[in-house]
Amino acid sequence: MLLFAIRRLLLILPILLGLLLLTFLMLRFGGSDPAAAIAGDIATPQQIEEIREGLGLNQPIIVQFWDYLKDAARGDFGVSVYSNRPVGLDIARRLPATLELTFAALLIATVFGIGFGTLAGVYRNSIFDYVVRIVSVAGLAAASFWIAIMFQLVFAMELDVLPLRGRLPTGMEAPQFITGLYLVDCLLTGNLATFWEAFRHMILPAVTISLGGLATIARFTRSAVIASMQSEFAMYEEAVGYPRHRVVFPYVLRNSLVTPVTQVGLLFGAFISNAVAVEAVFDWPGLGSYLVEAIFTSDYQAVLAVTLVIGAIYGLVNILVDLTHGLLDPRVAERM
Amino acid sequence: MLGLLIVLAAVVLAFVPELLVSDIGTANRGNILSRLKPPSDLFLFGTDDLGRDVFKRVILGTRSALTIAVAVVSVAMVIGVPLGLVAGYMQGFWSEAIMRITDVFLAVPQLILAIAIAQILGRGAESAMIALAVTYWPFFTRTVYAETQRVRSSLFIEALEGLGASRLRIMAFHILPNVAAPVIVRATVGMGFTILTAAVLGFLGVGATPPDPDWGLSISEGRKYLPEQWWYATFPGLAIMILVLGFNLLGDGIRDLVDPRLRKSR
Repeated sequence: MLLFAIRRLLLILPILLGLLLLTFLMLRFGGSDPAAAIAGDIATPQQIEEIREGLGLNQPIIVQFWDYLKDAARGDFGVSVYSNRPVGLDIARRLPATLELTFAALLIATVFGIGFGTLAGVYRNSIFDYVVRIVSVAGLAAASFWIAIMFQLVFAMELDVLPLRGRLPTGMEAPQFITGLYLVDCLLTGNLATFWEAFRHMILPAVTISLGGLATIARFTRSAVIASMQSEFAMYEEAVGYPRHRVVFPYVLRNSLVTPVTQVGLLFGAFISNAVAVEAVFDWPGLGSYLVEAIFTSDYQAVLAVTLVIGAIYGLVNILVDLTHGLLDPRVAERM
Repeated sequence: MLGLLIVLAAVVLAFVPELLVSDIGTANRGNILSRLKPPSDLFLFGTDDLGRDVFKRVILGTRSALTIAVAVVSVAMVIGVPLGLVAGYMQGFWSEAIMRITDVFLAVPQLILAIAIAQILGRGAESAMIALAVTYWPFFTRTVYAETQRVRSSLFIEALEGLGASRLRIMAFHILPNVAAPVIVRATVGMGFTILTAAVLGFLGVGATPPDPDWGLSISEGRKYLPEQWWYATFPGLAIMILVLGFNLLGDGIRDLVDPRLRKSR
């Protein structure tokens, strides 16, 4: 198992290297001339040439790529045009907000997805089953940023029961930085008032991001539960006269959850993707809204750095998924 | 069935919107006097900030959504399917090279990579399409690769090789038809997926530009007028949901048709 984890970690490295090459090529050949952008409109060709020399753009392409790699390995992605701070620092500052939101969404999707899916599978063809099926099919088809806006319209603007945007009310101080996850930091410092506000602010964006995943998990759980309910051991138990809940919880669920739980990890990419637009809608100060700001200011460095960081996180999560799969299913662990 | 119905209706509306709206040509013409009017008999979905009929623009948006989806998925198939065939059938250097490049593209969620590419190409519907196609082909390569590997060890392929059929012939005439079904399913679901992703690009400002009746763009414009003018952002989003739903249901239906093993689970 440990060997498997190490091998998988080593296997990400060439992929990340490829990703770096891809972003490097996009930066050099796709975008506008960075030297001209820095020099501004009134620069003479000579001045631009000097800046090119200073940036190392006249070096052979291989040398440039090597420099880019060295910088990236140190977390140095250049200076953001938008915030005037190093991109690496901006990302480090905003990453916890996105992680907190994504974890919350994963939690919601898993708990409610498995719950609804199990109920729908056990009470197959009941009204509840139909509602779950229709809502989950529709939830997969809706654009997450649109759902975010509709939630804002209904819960924040019309009913005024949940906050409209941000991580905390304006004026409220953020909890002391320990992990960067507000909910965790509030608990660690015993700051319950801030915890409550942070929690309220997280509900709408986290639920929005979770919906697609929730629907997928509910669908997988439902069909897995139906399959195990029809298996011989479940029919036998029912025939012997076990009450339904004694059949479902200890036996059926345990046999049905492997597929949905591995789906959870696969959905992580979808969660991160959803987070981009949803963060922008809710002004959530995470990586997604940073990416959107970078788009508006044509900040190529920042856009590509965010792409790289997300790629790295994505790779790590996929390893975690495989490991969880092994923990849940001893047959898989044996092959690792 | 419902999926097929929705998709057919959308295709008809995209080609002949006149069936539903007689003067579709006026969809992009503003009228400052009828600015931000709520839904009524005259304006079924209300009007936007320039006095344009939201209903007409939503209908007209069907065409651009379908165009993007068809273009992106076809280009992605044209790139992805042959690469998957080659990688799956041949062993060695080319197979490895193709699959490792695919890994790099799949290492980042598609939307994120598409945003980066679209932004570097410059704002516009074309760059969004290129960005989406360039990031979607690896999904086809993966699918075709896995299926080809399964088929290539069959007896009939061995027989063809023994008879001296060329590799190109085996791939094009014998393996391709055997891997077509999952490709068709992926393409159908991919249409819906592409419509969703394209809407996000439009919404974030790296896709279609005004005055395109693009749904994602309309939602981002309409968002400024919430909550009073709720209709402006609401209806384009509903249109996205219905069309994507159509493609998803159609994809499910086709999968059931080509793979009866999956049918018993519902």
